[in-house]
Amino acid sequence: MTILNSKIPEGPLSEKWTRYKENVKLVSPANRKKLDIIVIGTGISGAAAASALGELGYNVKVFCYQDSPRRAHSVAAQGGINAAKNYKNDGDSVYRLFYDMIKGGDYRSREANVYRAAEVSNQVIDHFTALGVPFARDYGGTLDTRSFGGVQVSRTFYAKGQTGQQCLLGCYSSLNRQIKKGTVTMFPRREMLDLVVIEGRARGIITRNLITGEIERHSAHAVVLATGGYGTIYYLSTLAVNSNPSAAWKAYKRGALFANPSFIQIHPTCVPQLNDYQSKLTLMSESLRNDGRMWVPKTKGDTRNPNEIPEEERDYFLERRYPAYGNLVPRDVGSRAVKERCDAGYGVGKTGLAVYLDFRDAIKKQGKKAIEDKYGNLFELYKTITGKDPYEEPMMIYPAGHYTMGGLWVDYELMTTIPGLYAIGECNFSDHGANRLGASSLMQAAGDGYFILPNTISNYLADQIKTPRIPVNLPEFEESERSSIERLEKLLAVNGRETASSFHKRLGKIMWDYVGMVRNEEGLTKALSQIRELREEFWKNLKVPGSINGLNQELEKAGRVADFLELAELLVIDALNRKESCGAHFREEYQTPDGEPLRNDKEYAYVAAWEYTGHGNPPVLHKEELKFEVVEMKERSYK
Amino acid sequence: MKLTLKIWRQKDSKSKGRFETYHMENVSPEMSFLEMLDALNKRLVEEGGDPVAFDHDCREGICGSCGIYINGHPHGPVPGITTCHLSMRYFNDGETLWVEPWRAKPFPVIKDLIVDRSAFDKIQIAGGFISVDTGSAPEANSIPVRKQNADMAFDAAICIGCGACVAACKNASAMLFVSAKISQFALIPQGRIEAKERVRAMVEKMDELGFGNCSNTGACEAECPKKIKISNIARLNREYYKAY
Repeated sequence: MTILNSKIPEGPLSEKWTRYKENVKLVSPANRKKLDIIVIGTGISGAAAASALGELGYNVKVFCYQDSPRRAHSVAAQGGINAAKNYKNDGDSVYRLFYDMIKGGDYRSREANVYRAAEVSNQVIDHFTALGVPFARDYGGTLDTRSFGGVQVSRTFYAKGQTGQQCLLGCYSSLNRQIKKGTVTMFPRREMLDLVVIEGRARGIITRNLITGEIERHSAHAVVLATGGYGTIYYLSTLAVNSNPSAAWKAYKRGALFANPSFIQIHPTCVPQLNDYQSKLTLMSESLRNDGRMWVPKTKGDTRNPNEIPEEERDYFLERRYPAYGNLVPRDVGSRAVKERCDAGYGVGKTGLAVYLDFRDAIKKQGKKAIEDKYGNLFELYKTITGKDPYEEPMMIYPAGHYTMGGLWVDYELMTTIPGLYAIGECNFSDHGANRLGASSLMQAAGDGYFILPNTISNYLADQIKTPRIPVNLPEFEESERSSIERLEKLLAVNGRETASSFHKRLGKIMWDYVGMVRNEEGLTKALSQIRELREEFWKNLKVPGSINGLNQELEKAGRVADFLELAELLVIDALNRKESCGAHFREEYQTPDGEPLRNDKEYAYVAAWEYTGHGNPPVLHKEELKFEVVEMKERSYK
Repeated sequence: MKLTLKIWRQKDSKSKGRFETYHMENVSPEMSFLEMLDALNKRLVEEGGDPVAFDHDCREGICGSCGIYINGHPHGPVPGITTCHLSMRYFNDGETLWVEPWRAKPFPVIKDLIVDRSAFDKIQIAGGFISVDTGSAPEANSIPVRKQNADMAFDAAICIGCGACVAACKNASAMLFVSAKISQFALIPQGRIEAKERVRAMVEKMDELGFGNCSNTGACEAECPKKIKISNIARLNREYYKAY
């Protein structure tokens, strides 16, 4: 049985990271070039890690499924990136950022990791600025900030509604510099099919070249997964349609524990589903809630044009329920409040599954120009999708699956339970507990990649300097390659009648209905049996055209959907196990009289880390008790 | 809506391609162009055919993966948007749509509507960065940047690298793409230090890869889904002259 050792350094919280760095084992520059590191994924965390490791002189190989590293889905993050600079003189500090994240995560994250994430946030902003990321500035030439949900300070740096794009391109540029120097080799259009584990250590990967179909072996002294989240489990989500959990899932099946899989953030403000063909839900940044007010009509089924509904007939439900934070409540709270109003029959639009996000008052007060400066591109995006102009009438929005707080379990060094396998960015579980605060994902991804992993990985690699380059003809590589090919052949051999996307869509509906914003025992149990039935049907009736050779996008999809169908089950098992409500995990059975989540700290103040025990066997639960040495666990109130 | 699609089909980079005709019925005006292709592909797979290959990912206009030439325009006839945002409400019942990949020598076709745009990465690798090692950055506010410059740098930096500018240009010029990166860095003090080396390296690589020169017709600006301005090319030229 695996014993979870989170390896949290001794000492006071604010000194742990410094002490760790002072005592960590190092690898000399001469030895670094003899050590190979594989990085999967080129989003902010992956590209940052690859470039920082390349700068140190390691021999780095980077993989992504897209045609270019610049396309990774970090590119779509909109609103901003947090840092504890306190440029606004509003009482911010590393401690306050840490505290906000712990509270925002509903006391289900690890203190030491969260504090460190807050600690390196300032370095991240310095580095991005030096890389030429064009953050918004004030007229005096200094950096501007704005507010995000769940906090009472202004600490979010931004580049209009395209902060993720600009930060990602910053990472991409530092990656390119290393590619030019020859420290990093880039392998685009590759999908990781398996992790190769030799004598208990991560030693390489099997990939498929998505153009030629060739199956390739790559070895390394350490493997870093930076593969993002699994929000596409709902089929419709704010993620890129090809985002997938397959690499992390393969690692799980090779022995890495998967932590808190059911902690998925549903983002309150997205363009609602318009029709049945839809492939994607587009996010409308949380930053809009700085100036936008959410409301529904006070009368059920009011079909009047929103502009004709007078002030006294509008219910500004967030301001009513949460006067202290108003429209800037955290995402889980906002999403549930929207759902509550819509379920009660006050929703608007064709489907009744939408509420208004209204800028009328802000435009009146600040002028159209000021609003355009802040949100111009978001307003345009909304107009492009819906054909409606948010300067003239309120946006219609509804929650959608967005970010996964759960992910591979990692210790303080960001290493999984497989020695030599690391997980960074969204694909690990460590920093956001049961709910992530806005603008902290870019912060965590960049912090993990640029500043944390490069400092912790040497502690492992220092013991590897005598291990020569790993040959790829070892039996473990043969076995991994063989099983990867067998699986692809199995997908092709089903030869049924239904496409992979169609199965994905059906899975998404089960997950959204029973494992979405609100969960209960009955629904979860139903979901479990429906997922199992669907998986059986998948392996009997899937249709994949073509062959393993050459470009085959349907085969790629089918492999990912097969993994989703397995992950979905683990997600439900985790949600059933956690008999409490916390953050995004809202179990109807556990709520306060006024509908707020009811935590059970006595029994559930732990990270649920699941171990794979073989095909058809139930996963085994390992608990990492969460000890709060600095923060006192309280009811999380935004009222 | 009923539509006739004339889609470019090409097995791989070595094979010869040709247009094939597909008839689509029940196209909803609420679909995006890519969702319409999804529907076609679903049908093709179910009928045992070969689905149309096309690049796509974020489907919200920011990753730059998608790029289809529709009725003679990169990303279709509506200005300022990517293919994934092109709504079918812009087309008429009964219309015939010509659907092609980007056509440019430096972007060889891989399959159907997918082209190889790695040339763009090569140009960025040549010099599209500021040389600063992790950990060595000064405090962010220690270098003030004039707001007007920061805003202009942002307006250039929003290029998504889709390649529409190249596809639109009769010379297959990549100058709008290159100028966007050059401008972003030329406008801020952090980027001035290596400005000369950068512009030389990127232009040299662009030429080496077979992209043509700008002839000031402005097709790139007209077709750019992010409305990157052609004035950036003027800045690229100025930077280039200054570098020698």
